[in-house]
Amino acid sequence: MTAPAQTASATILPFAEPVKAARDTRPLRLITCGSVDDGKSTLIGRLLWDTKAVKEDQAATLARDSGKQNDLGLPDFALLLDGLQAEREQGITIDVAYRYFSTDRRSFIVADTPGHEQYTRNMATGASTADLAILLTDARSGILEQTRRHATIAALMGIRQFVLAVNKFDLVNYDKAIFEKISHEFREFALSLGVRQITAIPMSALKGENVVYSADSAIPWYDGPTLVETLELATVRTAQAGGFRLPVQRVARPGESFRGYQGTVAGGSIKPGDPVVVLPSGVVANVKQIVTFDLVRNAAVAGDAITLVLDRQVDVARGDVIVSLDGQPMTGLHFDAQLVSLQPGGIEPGRRYWLKSGSRRQRVTVEPISQLELSTGKWRPHASTLAMNAIGKVRLSFEEQAVFDAYEQNRSTGAFILIDPDTLNTVAGGMITAKRAELGGIHTEGQRVLMSLPADLAEQIMASELFANRRDETEIRRLTAKQAVELFSNAASDI
Amino acid sequence: MPLSVQETEVKNPPVSRPPLDPHLKALENEAIHIFREVAAEFEKPVMLYSIGKDSSVLLHLARKAFHPGRVPFPLLHVDTTWKFREMIEFRDEIAAKYDLDLVVHTNTRGAEEGITPFSHGSALYTDIMKTEALRQALDAGGYDAAFGGARRDEEASRAKERIYSFRTPDHKWDPRNQRPELWNIYNGMIKKGESVRAFPLSNWTEVDIWRYIQAEDIPLVPLYYAAERPYVERDGMMILAEDPRLKLLPGETVQRGMIRFRTLGCFPLTGAIRSTASNLDEVIAELEIATVSERQGRAIDRDQSGSMEKKKREGYF
Repeated sequence: MTAPAQTASATILPFAEPVKAARDTRPLRLITCGSVDDGKSTLIGRLLWDTKAVKEDQAATLARDSGKQNDLGLPDFALLLDGLQAEREQGITIDVAYRYFSTDRRSFIVADTPGHEQYTRNMATGASTADLAILLTDARSGILEQTRRHATIAALMGIRQFVLAVNKFDLVNYDKAIFEKISHEFREFALSLGVRQITAIPMSALKGENVVYSADSAIPWYDGPTLVETLELATVRTAQAGGFRLPVQRVARPGESFRGYQGTVAGGSIKPGDPVVVLPSGVVANVKQIVTFDLVRNAAVAGDAITLVLDRQVDVARGDVIVSLDGQPMTGLHFDAQLVSLQPGGIEPGRRYWLKSGSRRQRVTVEPISQLELSTGKWRPHASTLAMNAIGKVRLSFEEQAVFDAYEQNRSTGAFILIDPDTLNTVAGGMITAKRAELGGIHTEGQRVLMSLPADLAEQIMASELFANRRDETEIRRLTAKQAVELFSNAASDI
Repeated sequence: MPLSVQETEVKNPPVSRPPLDPHLKALENEAIHIFREVAAEFEKPVMLYSIGKDSSVLLHLARKAFHPGRVPFPLLHVDTTWKFREMIEFRDEIAAKYDLDLVVHTNTRGAEEGITPFSHGSALYTDIMKTEALRQALDAGGYDAAFGGARRDEEASRAKERIYSFRTPDHKWDPRNQRPELWNIYNGMIKKGESVRAFPLSNWTEVDIWRYIQAEDIPLVPLYYAAERPYVERDGMMILAEDPRLKLLPGETVQRGMIRFRTLGCFPLTGAIRSTASNLDEVIAELEIATVSERQGRAIDRDQSGSMEKKKREGYF
């Protein structure tokens, strides 16, 4: 047994703070993007240190393991964060780690993900639950391709609040012009991704400037918030605006006389008396009671774990979704989605996977359409296997009715994972964009359809009587395959 | 037509309390979601019950998740026979009070071979009486999912633990090959013999646990509160001196003082802290100015660097 842990030197002890007041907001979930070179580990270490989330014995272990301190007499923060031995050996972060810290106002859950390009999947995983992304950049190098890539993935995963941390600002002599150039460039880029809530902060994580404490003396011209002030004021996404959604996890039957549907409200709100529909069956009923351990409640909102009792005997099973009569989700067999491929085998066209969304698991086949080129942000046609770390647009085809919202409308009922039927591993994370029209649903008054067909198939269709009768309503051009691809990449939405 | 909840026979009576603050409510909702998901997707879940404060919170959340029904799985306690006396009394009281199925398992081979924390050192003792015992109990019960009260903020290797932590048929954990976990969609598909450890308290911190205990009035083993107790100082730890199996070494004396425990495990391996916090409010006040982590009193974590990761790979919870 080793000696007790009270060996920390006096220089690295955080001092005690007065008792913290009870927090009255929900925890903010955030993701940090950037590489070790940008000072990411130093930034997170600084956040944990200055909010007193690191305790003496942990600091002592750190001091013992590293024997290293930086110029300011602080421990090597990277060692504190890289919990796993494999990472210490490799010197890089290979997985998503979760960190916790709090201030008097709020508590924070940080998904700390690696920066290297081959870890897009880890970033997507961390971003899936985040309300805000901190994008870290080195003030000396500015916005890099990596910064754009991280911002693109974060926006794709539904994050609508960005903080640009212009770090190592001391190394550019706190030059205001440099900060303004970098933040302007980033703002333009973020806006192009549809993100409008952007805060840029000049900082030195190493010196603790503008992280938790403000840097009035070093950066007198900056009158914006510190990083922690920004995080304290950020909003937690709620899905209370849209229609009511309750994916049924479990049917509770504690006695013959009681039947309750247990699940977590994934959108909207509900109260006794409200009419609801059970999907996919379409059966209608009214809410009789909302039961929880504490009390029989008058209402429930998004996020609440509840037990719902209906006013009549209806057939409801795990995997069904109970929704409000108004504002129902989409049901169908075909949907469009974007997904991130997570495993070495990739996502293969035509293969049958398990899809899990909410509490429902069903069979699905996936057809890739295009792939996001992360360096340019452009979608390129891509119909073959989506390799690990690829982000693709796909078509989903189900064997039984599926129920979804668009991810943009609801981050719970619009999200899914794919499970490999052989390995049973999670192989993709995906987001629903739209329901696809069923065959026959193409026809809308006044619209035209552009099709690209192999010439021999076109000949057969044109030879048909149906076509010949309406030949004067059609336009036909002959193209090379390459020209057709180009034409279609510029066309509007596909069917 | 189904009857209302009041008309059913309820073994899990509801209680009226002021509403939780949004922070604790969000953590509670997440934990209940995980409980229900595991109970629905797995054939034979079990809940690891260590009698400590985290287990007490876990049990409370399980009762909430399945209300108005009873908790639909058994509680498993791995009894090393070296737990604090008050822990065992508390365990049996709680099991009776809440109508729980309690399974107690002891590694009888280890006990027969005389494996004790005094004679064999904390590393070997923990391996046989805790890690091996847990594997025996899980195999014997044929459980395919086991709830645990681990939190990611406890120890560095736990920061990367998933909420569904996948285990091979011989209970191994491979930190480099974990399933990705996106949103709150958990992949509960496993092959025969494989299992999952599920951690509903993953995102809770120690302060959250205590504030929730306070808000929900959850009963705890009295050892968490300061009282004058007999103790012996050994290897820099204060060990409770009430069990006759604790033999004094040369130079040691039994002292008395106001002490309490921040975590509870096997009494010879669990150090007390000096404290006057004799009720919940005082414990929370003390905790919020604490400058050492709660695992500081645990001898097993300090055996070697990365020791928790090693134990986890081998199947320690």
